[in-house]
Amino acid sequence: MDIAQNILLTIMTAATPLLIAAIGELVVERSGVLNLGVEGMMVIGAVCGFAATILSGSPWIGMLAAIVAGAVASLLFGVLTLSLAANQVATGLSLTLLGLGLSGMIGESFVGSAGIKLASLDIPVLSDIPLIGRLIFGQDPIFYMSLILTGGVAWFLFRTRAGLTLRAIGDNHASAHALGINVLKIRYLAVMFGGACAGLAGAHLSLVYTPQWVENMTAGRGWIALALVVFASWRPWRVLGGAYLFGAVSIGQLHAQALGIGIPSQFLSALPYVATIVVLVIISRDRRLTLMNTPASLGQAFVPDR
Amino acid sequence: MRIELQKRPTPSALYAVLSPFIALGLTLIAGAIMFTILGKNPVDALYSFFIEPLTEVWSIHELTVKAAPLILIAVGLSVCYRSNNWNIGAEGQFIMGGILGSLVPILMPGFQSWLTLPLMLLLGMAGGAAWGAIPAFLKTRFNTNEILVSLMLVYTAQLFLDWLARGVLRDPNGNNFPGSIRFPSAAQLPEIMPSQGSAHYGIFLAIIAAVIIWFMLSFTLNGFQVRVLGANPRAGRFAGFSQTRMTYFAFLLSGGLAGLAGIAEVSGAIGQLRETISPGYGFTAIIVAFLGRLSPLGAIAAGFMLALTYLGGEAAQMTLGISDKVGRVFQGLLLFFVLGCDTLINYQVRLVLRKAAPAAGGQG
Amino acid sequence: MRKIVFALAATLAVTAVTSALAEDKYKACFIYVGSKTDGGWTQAHEVGREYAQEKLGDKVETVALENVPEGPDAERAIERFARSGCGIIFTTSFGFMDPTLAVAAKFPDVKFEHATGYKTAPNVTTYNSRFYEGRYIIGQIAGKMSKTGVAGYIASFPIPEVVMGINGFLHGARSVNPDFKLKVVWVNSWFDAGKEADAAKALIDQGVDIITQHTDSTGPMQVAEERGIKAFGQAFDQIKAGPTAQLTAIEDTWGPYYEKQIAAAMDGTWKGGQSSWDGLKDGILSMAPYTNMPDDVKAMAEATEAAIIDGSLHPFTGPINKQDGSVWLKEGEVSDDGTLLGMNFYIEGVDDKLPQ
Repeated sequence: MDIAQNILLTIMTAATPLLIAAIGELVVERSGVLNLGVEGMMVIGAVCGFAATILSGSPWIGMLAAIVAGAVASLLFGVLTLSLAANQVATGLSLTLLGLGLSGMIGESFVGSAGIKLASLDIPVLSDIPLIGRLIFGQDPIFYMSLILTGGVAWFLFRTRAGLTLRAIGDNHASAHALGINVLKIRYLAVMFGGACAGLAGAHLSLVYTPQWVENMTAGRGWIALALVVFASWRPWRVLGGAYLFGAVSIGQLHAQALGIGIPSQFLSALPYVATIVVLVIISRDRRLTLMNTPASLGQAFVPDR
Repeated sequence: MRIELQKRPTPSALYAVLSPFIALGLTLIAGAIMFTILGKNPVDALYSFFIEPLTEVWSIHELTVKAAPLILIAVGLSVCYRSNNWNIGAEGQFIMGGILGSLVPILMPGFQSWLTLPLMLLLGMAGGAAWGAIPAFLKTRFNTNEILVSLMLVYTAQLFLDWLARGVLRDPNGNNFPGSIRFPSAAQLPEIMPSQGSAHYGIFLAIIAAVIIWFMLSFTLNGFQVRVLGANPRAGRFAGFSQTRMTYFAFLLSGGLAGLAGIAEVSGAIGQLRETISPGYGFTAIIVAFLGRLSPLGAIAAGFMLALTYLGGEAAQMTLGISDKVGRVFQGLLLFFVLGCDTLINYQVRLVLRKAAPAAGGQG
Repeated sequence: MRKIVFALAATLAVTAVTSALAEDKYKACFIYVGSKTDGGWTQAHEVGREYAQEKLGDKVETVALENVPEGPDAERAIERFARSGCGIIFTTSFGFMDPTLAVAAKFPDVKFEHATGYKTAPNVTTYNSRFYEGRYIIGQIAGKMSKTGVAGYIASFPIPEVVMGINGFLHGARSVNPDFKLKVVWVNSWFDAGKEADAAKALIDQGVDIITQHTDSTGPMQVAEERGIKAFGQAFDQIKAGPTAQLTAIEDTWGPYYEKQIAAAMDGTWKGGQSSWDGLKDGILSMAPYTNMPDDVKAMAEATEAAIIDGSLHPFTGPINKQDGSVWLKEGEVSDDGTLLGMNFYIEGVDDKLPQ
C-alpha cells in the first residue's frame, strides 16, 4: 500500500504545476484572451520564487514573490495585447522568449545555491485517515492551493455574476461592451490572474518539486498547461482530470522503464502526448458541447469604440 | 493613465512603412539603457547586434541559412492563420519532412542522380503535409482542437526522430553515436557560392514559395476563399466555400512548406539526419508569420530580421561578452516593440493622463 | 532599413576598430552547447576555462559562446571564432564534431580541440575524460552500501559514453557483490530537474536504495535526501543538495587540460590529429570527498582510486559477460579503448534492454 501511495504522491506532485498554470490560463481564455506566454511567466515565477527564498530565507516570501512576478510579466502582455491591441499569439510567444532569457539573467547568481523546500503542511487529524489521509491532507501548501484554485475558479465562473460577466466577454466582447461592461478592465484582471497562477506554478517547481534553480527548469511544462486548457474544453474540473491523467501517464512510463519491459524509451516518453490526443478525440466528438464551451472571441483583440 | 485607441477608417499606409522604424528606434533606446545598466558600451553592443553580422560576406551567407527555414515555414503559417486554422505544430512537421526526405540518401545511398534531390524535396513536403494532415483530419472529422493536436505532435515527432537517429537510421560506421551517414553530394542541396560562404539554395526555395503563395492569396479564387473564410466564416459558408476543404488546404500547405524547410535544412545546412535538426524553427516561425503581418512577402522581411537578431546576439556575446540570456531579453524587447508599434497602422493611439469619466455598468 | 543600417555602420565603425586593436593576446575560444550556469556539463567546461585563464594570466584572452545549438548554428559559431583571430578553439559537445571538422578544413592555421568525438584532422585533436573510472568506484561503493542489492540509474540518452558509464558502474558493484542488479530509466533529456526527480522516485518505489545519474540536475540528489537513501553527484560536488545522501561525486575538472593545451598552442608544441583520453591520474576528473559511509567502504574506495591512478587496476578487466551471458572479456583480459568508445551493449545484470 505504501508503494501505491508513493506513486500517487509522485503523480500529484508532477501534476500540480500543470494544474495551477492551466487553471490560470483557463480564466484568461474564458475572458477571450489567448496568452501563449505561460512558459515564460512560469519560468520567471520559478526564478523569482527561488531568488526571494534565498534572499529572505523564507519560502513563503518566495512564493509570494513568484506570484507577483508572474502577474507583472503578464501585465507586459496585457499592455500590448489589450491596450495596444497587438496580436496575442505573437505577443505571447515573445513573452516566452523574453521570460526564458530574463529568468536566466536573474538566476545567474543563484545557480547551485541549495534550495529551501516549502515544508509540507499536515492537516491535523485528517492527515491520519488511512490510505487517502496522507495523499490529500499531508501535502505542501501549493498543492492545497491548486485544489482550492480549481474549486474556486469553477465556482466563480459558473456560480457568480462576475463569472458570468467574464464568460460573456469571452463569448462576445462586442455585446458585453454594449451592455456597459468594461471589457478591457476585466480582461486585464483575468490576464493578471493567469500570470499570478503561472508564477505560483513556477514556484512549485523551484520550491517544492525540485527546490533548486536551473535554467529553463520549466522544460516545456507551460506548453503542456496550455494544451490542458484546450483538452479540458475550458472547464476547471476537467483541467484537474487532464493534469492528473498527464501526470499518471508520465510517471507510469518511468515505472514501465524501471520494470525493464524493453520498449524503446522514446515511445514510452511519447505516451503522455499521444494519450492526450486520443482522449481529446474521444471527448470532443460532440460538436455542440465543445462549441458551447469554447470562448467564441478567443484570441481576438477588442478595442472599445467611443 | 490610460491608452486609448481609435480605429482609423482605413489602415495607414504611412505607418505601415514607418512602424518598423519607430520600433527599431524604441528598441535602440531601450537597448542602450539596458546595456548601460549592465555596464556595456551601448554603442558597441547595438553595433554588434544589428550591424556586425552584415559587415562580412560570409556572415550574410549565414544570415540566409538562418532565415531560409524561418521564411519557408512562416509563409505557410501565414495562409493557415489567415484562414483561421491554428497550426502551432510546424516544428513537428519540419521534423517529419526532414525524416521522410532523408530516407532517400540513407536507405539508397547508391541512388545518385539528378533525380535524387527533387525526390527528397518532394518526400520532405509529403512528410510535413502528412503530419499536418493529422490535426486537420481530427479537426474536421472529430472536431478535435487543432492547437492541442498539432502541439502534441511536435513532441511525438521529436521523440520519433530521436529514436530513428539513434537506432535504425544510425550510421553503421559512426561508432554507435547518433546520426545517419553523411549524405552523398547528389543528395545535398548545393551551396550557392561555395567559395564565399555557406548559403544554400534553401533561401531561393523560401523566396519562390513566398512569391507563389503571395500570388495565390492575392489573385486566385483559392486565395480569396482563404481571406473570406478567415475574416468571416459565416459569409464564406454562404458563398459555398467548404470549411473542411479549407482546413485541409491550410494544414497541408503549411505542413508541406514546413516539411520542405525541414528537408532543405537537413540536406542543405546539416548534411545528415541528426537526433535534433531544429533549434525551434517551427515556433520561432510563428512569430515571424505575425511580424510579417501574415503576408508571405512580409514573412521574408521578418524572417531576415529575426535571423539577424540571432546572429547579432552571437556577435555581442563574442565581442563584448554579453551573455546569451541578455541577447534573448533584447530579442524579446525588439519583438514587443515591433508588435506594439504595428498598432499605429490600424489605430490612432492617445495617451490619456487624467482619469476618464467612469464607464457605466457591470464590474468583474 | 538599409540606409539606416549604413548610417549607423559608418558612425559605429570607429568604435569597433578601436576595440579590435586591443587584441594582441593569444586568443583561446570555447563553444558550449548549454548555458554557462547549467550546473552540469557546460558549467564544468566554463569552470575549466576560468581555471586556464587564471593560470595563464595576461598572456591569454579566453572567450566563450554559450547555448550554441548543434548543427548549422554550431558551424557558424565556430567559423565566427576562427575568423575573429582565435588561435585555438575548444568545441565541447559531441554534436559539434562535423561542424568542427568542416571549419577546420577551411582554417588550417587555427587549432581545434573537440570533446568526446572520434574524428580528427591535422589541425583537430579530440579529448575526453575516462569517466568510467569514477563510475567504477561509485559502483563499488554502491555494491557495499546497498541493502537491496539493486541500484537505480537515471540515464539521459543511449550513446556509448552513457552505456559505458552504466557498465562501469555495474561492473564495480559486481566486483564486491556478484549478484548486484541495476535498473535503468532513460529520461530522454540531459536536463529536466522535475523529470529526473520523478525517475528517481519511480526507481526508489521499485525497490532500489541507491541511485546514480548521467543527467545534469540535482533533482535526483534531492529526492534521495528526502527519501533517506544514498546517491552520487554528477559533474559537480552536489553535497549541498544532499548533505546526508551524497556518498561522493564524479567531478569534471577540465581546467588542467585546458591550461596545458592552450600553453602548448602558444609555444608551438601543440599537436593535431591526436586523441587524448585522460583519466583520474591526469586530474581531468576527480572524486569528491567520500562521505556518509562507514570507514571500511571509504578505505576500499580510496584503495580502488589509488589503484586506478597508479595503473594497477583497469576497471574493465575480465571476466565480464555481456547481458545475454556470452563472454565479453576473459579472465584478466582488459578492454581496448575502441570498444569502450563505441560501446553499445550491456554487461550482465542490467535490468533493461538497450535501445538499438
